[in-house]
Amino acid sequence: MSYSDYESVIGLEIHAQLSTKSKLFCSCSTEFGGADNENTCPICLGMPGTLPVVNALAIEYAIKIGLSLNCTVNHNSVFARKNYFYPDLSKGYQISQFEKPIAEKGEVQFYLNGERRKVGITRAHIEEDAGKSIHQGDSTLVNYNRSSVPLVEIVSDPVMTSPQEAAEYARTVRSILLYLGVCDGNLEEGSMRCDCNVSVRKKNEAELGTRTELKNINSFRFIEKAIQYEIERQIDLLESGDKVVQETRLYDSAKNKTLSMRSKEEAHDYRYFPDPDLLAIPAPSNLVKEIESKMPELPVEKAERFCKSYQVTSDDAFVLTQSREMAQYFEDVVSRCEEPRLAVSWVIVELLGKLNDSKLEISESPVGASALGDLLSLIKDGTISGKIAKTVFSTMYEKGGSALEIVESQGLKQISDDSALIQIIEEVIETNPDQVAQYKSGKEKVFGFFVGQVMKLTKGQANPAKVNDLLKEKLS
Amino acid sequence: MKLDTPIHQLVKKLKLGELKSLDLVRESFNQIERLDSDIQSFVLLNEKAEEAADKVDQKLAQGEDVGILAGIPIAVKEMFCVKNMETTACSKILKGFVPPYSASVVNKVEAEGAIIIGKTNCDEFAMGSSNESSTNGIVRNPWDFKHVPGGSSGGSAACVASRMVSASFGTDTGGSIRQPASFTGVVGLKPTYGRVSRYGIVAFASSLDQAGPMTLNVRDAALMLEAMAGHDPLDSTCSKQPIEEWSNQIQEDVHGKVIGLPKEYFDDGLSDEVRGSLESLIGSLERGGAKFIEIDLPHTKYAVSSYYIICTSEASSNLARYDGVRFGKRSSSSTDLDALYMNTRSEGFGDEVKRRIMLGTFALSSGYYDAYYLKACRVRRLIQEDFIGAFKKCDAILGPVATTPAFQIGERIDDPVKMYLNDIYTLSANLAGLPGISVPVSVSDKGLPIGVQLIAPHFMEQTLFDIGKKIEVLTGWNQRCPDVV
Repeated sequence: MSYSDYESVIGLEIHAQLSTKSKLFCSCSTEFGGADNENTCPICLGMPGTLPVVNALAIEYAIKIGLSLNCTVNHNSVFARKNYFYPDLSKGYQISQFEKPIAEKGEVQFYLNGERRKVGITRAHIEEDAGKSIHQGDSTLVNYNRSSVPLVEIVSDPVMTSPQEAAEYARTVRSILLYLGVCDGNLEEGSMRCDCNVSVRKKNEAELGTRTELKNINSFRFIEKAIQYEIERQIDLLESGDKVVQETRLYDSAKNKTLSMRSKEEAHDYRYFPDPDLLAIPAPSNLVKEIESKMPELPVEKAERFCKSYQVTSDDAFVLTQSREMAQYFEDVVSRCEEPRLAVSWVIVELLGKLNDSKLEISESPVGASALGDLLSLIKDGTISGKIAKTVFSTMYEKGGSALEIVESQGLKQISDDSALIQIIEEVIETNPDQVAQYKSGKEKVFGFFVGQVMKLTKGQANPAKVNDLLKEKLS
Repeated sequence: MKLDTPIHQLVKKLKLGELKSLDLVRESFNQIERLDSDIQSFVLLNEKAEEAADKVDQKLAQGEDVGILAGIPIAVKEMFCVKNMETTACSKILKGFVPPYSASVVNKVEAEGAIIIGKTNCDEFAMGSSNESSTNGIVRNPWDFKHVPGGSSGGSAACVASRMVSASFGTDTGGSIRQPASFTGVVGLKPTYGRVSRYGIVAFASSLDQAGPMTLNVRDAALMLEAMAGHDPLDSTCSKQPIEEWSNQIQEDVHGKVIGLPKEYFDDGLSDEVRGSLESLIGSLERGGAKFIEIDLPHTKYAVSSYYIICTSEASSNLARYDGVRFGKRSSSSTDLDALYMNTRSEGFGDEVKRRIMLGTFALSSGYYDAYYLKACRVRRLIQEDFIGAFKKCDAILGPVATTPAFQIGERIDDPVKMYLNDIYTLSANLAGLPGISVPVSVSDKGLPIGVQLIAPHFMEQTLFDIGKKIEVLTGWNQRCPDVV
């Protein structure tokens, strides 16, 4: 048996909680962490006679999401009731969308191992969240704080083929949501949830295999791990002559396993029908255009602009635009030092390297964008060399302070003054007659020795270009 | 008796200080005490009514503007939530539910000075046409205790007919205001869908439900609508159409008015008695200057089946929230979640409600949705178009409210289909969202009232009041009253 005889087919359903202040159908707060049932009212508790009234901002956010995923935004999309019984579902139905969602038929682009990938978006629809059941011994309590919190469910086409691709797709969607400012993208608090539909089939087989749905995944790393585990589990099943059962499985990150959520699969008939309490959602083209005009620059557009205006490679542009904060940081550095090329390598290599080591986000960087810009300006005007700059940067990162202060207090200024350098060079030539003789007899390799000596005597502060020129002149 | 007097006259006297709201409220309670043990129109009385009346009297004495219903005693159907008053929709499943909020329409009339006397009996969840499916017992028709008052707003009709209050709230999903109004000899108005907020009214079928007034005369109905209508930010389906002073604008002259008579409404199912009284009314209106034309509403024959698919589908979903988890009844004998649901709902709902939940659940099920629910919605569209076509030719439509006057208690309760056919003339107005009114016309040989139904284009309630008022004048109905009163 070989895993490579199989291919996997993956589709993702991403639930993004919209960062509106109030709920989707009532004015209760959406704030996370309130006391049990603090953020509830007769409407989100589903009391008799209460009616939903849609939050206009949530609709605007959903339209923004639709546009950012290159979807068609539907005029007069319809809220539908999804009927099922569960204690955390206060009305006995969830208000969602079924036929005619607010957005459909889009695509998302991203890079995977340097290659550009496109994943189709089947649909994005608005729905309300349910409450939360809390099991305590023999009894169950329900907290309805989340009841009717606005969500957008983004459904990808089932087209992804690897766990890495699925995770990268999810990261990209999260980044878009953060750029839009419509979701805080916090997987741990559940403001972004990701369900993965996974199936496998023998290569070259046309039919899709039976799929399972993975839930309870709260990080991008776990998306990869859970899908990887599930692919292998399914292949193992098929290879041993068993069948994959269509079911929902929970990912247990501690054991790195997926576990069946229900002992027997229940046939759900949600009896969707248009909610008669709500009107169709108007999204006429002029409104959509107006919203579009207020949209921020999205990652892909920003990356293209970086390539064009800063001569950044597309790989680098991709890294720099992964988050809005990162892109902003980069642009702030550039505007301070006006050296885009320096800025690219310093942000990506030096800064990100250090941030990764100390597990910090760019927004938490101890070195601000203007401080880094000032450091790069010192390289640009020849005050310090790139090598010295790294030392200065380390100090800035660990102890704070401005580049100029550190350079001055530690006497790190580059020596570019000819007379000072000439004095040192002459001293080196005088004290090393053997090497001078070797050089003059044609051993040009020895030249490096002289450079090293000059640098040693100047503690690395000599301007290397100048040292080269002057040494050649004096040795000739 | 003061509660016999039209509301606008009572309000005038109250404002002039010739009358006290407290006296009206006491008369109301006296009348209830005297008659309601037989009629059973009330399920709950407001203990704070006298206190509220006293407050209104004090404000009036100080010359404050209290509103267009200042000090007037009214009753509300048990489907309306009233803050801090038990609200059960006459179902066991909501026993003990005390809402921390009032229906918007209750707030509106209270803001206009009305005094809520109590909550009235109705069919369980407003599902019925005879008020026999209430968990609070049957309501008797004040004209003859052996007969039903109609339904589902039976209590609201009976309490107005027997002068226990000046007016009441009903809800009308397929005729539940107009049919009991006809059976008890009062005026019952179902406004245009969206005219009155549905917020806080226990939902039966959301796309059909509409609250409206039941009164002793047409002008009172218009005045009540002024207080009840208007946009409500809590109800997305509530219209922003302006409210007018309909009650002051009534023109009882019908000269030049064109009234359509749908031939489908005068078919073989109509009893001779009702047909006879409508024909004589048509004659009188013609002599008064109205012009009658025959119109076609060709899809009428599909109305009952479409209506019962749509209303049961919506009901099956609307009633899902009564699960024993958050409020109302919870079956005590359950050991797991499925049992909790099943026992609570089996014990809490009555037979008619269960029947409708099952019908609606079936109609929405995957595999049946297209054949039932979707098709019913298409027929509904055709019925709406029938009316739009008809109103190009006439100002209003006149027809019967029900096939017969009030039937006897127990007569139809075992035959649901026969009961459903009761709504045949009224439910089309709900499917099309049109305003309809029932105005009393005459009494049958057995002494039971017979009403006439008028239907107008969307938001043209004024037309109903104008023609309705003329009918009132022509028939001299105002003088009539059940003997027990």
